[in-house]
Amino acid sequence: MTVASTTYYDRKGILGTLGRDGLLQIILIANTIIMLAPIVIMVFSAFKTTPQIFQSPFAIPDFTQVGNFVKIWTETNFLRYLVNSFVVTGASMVLILTLGTMAAYAIGRYQFSGSSFILMFFLAGLTLPLKLAIIPLFMLMRDLSILNNQLSLVFVYTAMGLPTTVFIMTGFIRTLPNELEDAARMDGASEARIMWSIMLPLVRPAMVIAGIQNVVPIWNDFFFPLVFIQNDDLKTLPQGLTTFMGEYTTDWGVLFSGLTLSAAPIIILYIVLSRQFIAGMTSGAIK
Amino acid sequence: MPHLRMTGRGLWITALVVPPLAFVALFIVYPIISAFAYAFFDWQGLRRGAFVGLENFHTVLFVEPYRSWTLNAFKNNVIVFFALMVLQNGLGFVLAYALWRGLPGARFHRVAVFLPVVLSTIIVAYLFKLFLHPLFGVVNIFLRGLGLDWLAQPWLGQGDTALASLIVAQAWHMVGFPTLVFLAGMQRIPGEILDAARMETESEWVKITQIVWPLVAPSATIVFTLLFVGAFNWFELPYIMAGLDGSPFGSTDVLGLYFYRTAFGNVSAGQQDFGLGSALAVLIFLFVAVIASTITVRLRAREIQI
Repeated sequence: MTVASTTYYDRKGILGTLGRDGLLQIILIANTIIMLAPIVIMVFSAFKTTPQIFQSPFAIPDFTQVGNFVKIWTETNFLRYLVNSFVVTGASMVLILTLGTMAAYAIGRYQFSGSSFILMFFLAGLTLPLKLAIIPLFMLMRDLSILNNQLSLVFVYTAMGLPTTVFIMTGFIRTLPNELEDAARMDGASEARIMWSIMLPLVRPAMVIAGIQNVVPIWNDFFFPLVFIQNDDLKTLPQGLTTFMGEYTTDWGVLFSGLTLSAAPIIILYIVLSRQFIAGMTSGAIK
Repeated sequence: MPHLRMTGRGLWITALVVPPLAFVALFIVYPIISAFAYAFFDWQGLRRGAFVGLENFHTVLFVEPYRSWTLNAFKNNVIVFFALMVLQNGLGFVLAYALWRGLPGARFHRVAVFLPVVLSTIIVAYLFKLFLHPLFGVVNIFLRGLGLDWLAQPWLGQGDTALASLIVAQAWHMVGFPTLVFLAGMQRIPGEILDAARMETESEWVKITQIVWPLVAPSATIVFTLLFVGAFNWFELPYIMAGLDGSPFGSTDVLGLYFYRTAFGNVSAGQQDFGLGSALAVLIFLFVAVIASTITVRLRAREIQI
């Protein structure tokens, strides 16, 4: 999927090509500036005092001036929100990948009656906008007495993540060859042993794609914590951010460094793994 | 159906399939079915009252002030959908086409255009809220710096610019998504077709409209449908940038905010009503489901198999 192999160049006058490609290049550069400028200004402002932000919002700051970050670290619940986000996202991902692989493995490797029905059941979950079922979900969490408990988030995220995961993993598991499995079965290995030691190491690439597709929306989610979580100590990062932004409304330096700190984990991860991110997040939309 | 024998293999498959199925059944299927049932009852707070038939639906559609609220929010959602169709999907197509040429730096531009997509909507919303601040926001400081003082406005504070500002912020956030879906579609167009097209015409316009656009139809189907579903579920960005009431004066009110407000109440008019909220949820759900499947079927019909 290299760029070079899919590009084409017209056998046209060089001037015509230059003119058209020049225009496209200008569009790309302008767009990239528009995409990056807000993020750059956000990071710059994080290192400025509020008066500096008001007077010279575009100037390059003194990056050793970290007073805003110190304030966030010492005065706010920010670190707690960050840890909560890691816990909730981590627990959800473990459940999604474990349960998703289990279902996909059963559907993809074994022939049994009802397997296509089960796949259809998961696929139906793919298209339903769960936000609209928030009232019954709220009542359900109340009946399970896990309102104001992070388990409510983990359960909803797991259920939401399973359809895409089962979909991606089933497709992948079906393409794996039978030979290894058959050989192991001849040697008397149990089904569980075959799955664990032989097949699972092979499905890692699909797990990465399914993982990224789910980890970004879960890490970023705001809607479900808004409804389920009230206790400040249990809030996740996007929800905590609203509390925090409300408290420091006039201290813009702190506001921008709060936004920068919240954005940092996912931006850094994205820069390192941009190819996997793009593949993972668009995998549902690309056949 | 044949009698299910619980052999070792049967047990093993059951053990694999039942836990994930239980999660989806309990936390997706059951709540969605219940949402329909809830709409037919009268609710007092968290307690379910009498069966009232279609009364909740009648109230949100025909009784003032709900009627005007519903219509206003719906109208704004329609505006948002069409505006984003141009700003997000239209621009996405142009950007995808530019990226597809593989000009110098294309890889970098591709990473840059997708960067905002990975950010939390909450971060994007706050960032733009600060940028659009009438006095200290960078947008107005920039405009005044250019000598365009008359253009510097309280973007989020006046009815005729607030919704547009939200739409621009949303387009900035998500334009990378259709861009890369379209790009993937373009990269799948076989080289022979492009070679043949090059023999026929010199015009870039003809190539785009006659060759590229029809051949990326599957990508268009997906991004149009997803945008439609997304536009009518829009919640986080207006919630942060304009507040739960869709201020100023309901000019940014959308169905997502209105539904949430009706169901869970808000600070100023704290009455929560699960019955009316559920009726709204069911109406939004049915509307989105019917139109989204119509869009999908219609657009699928024009897709060409290569």
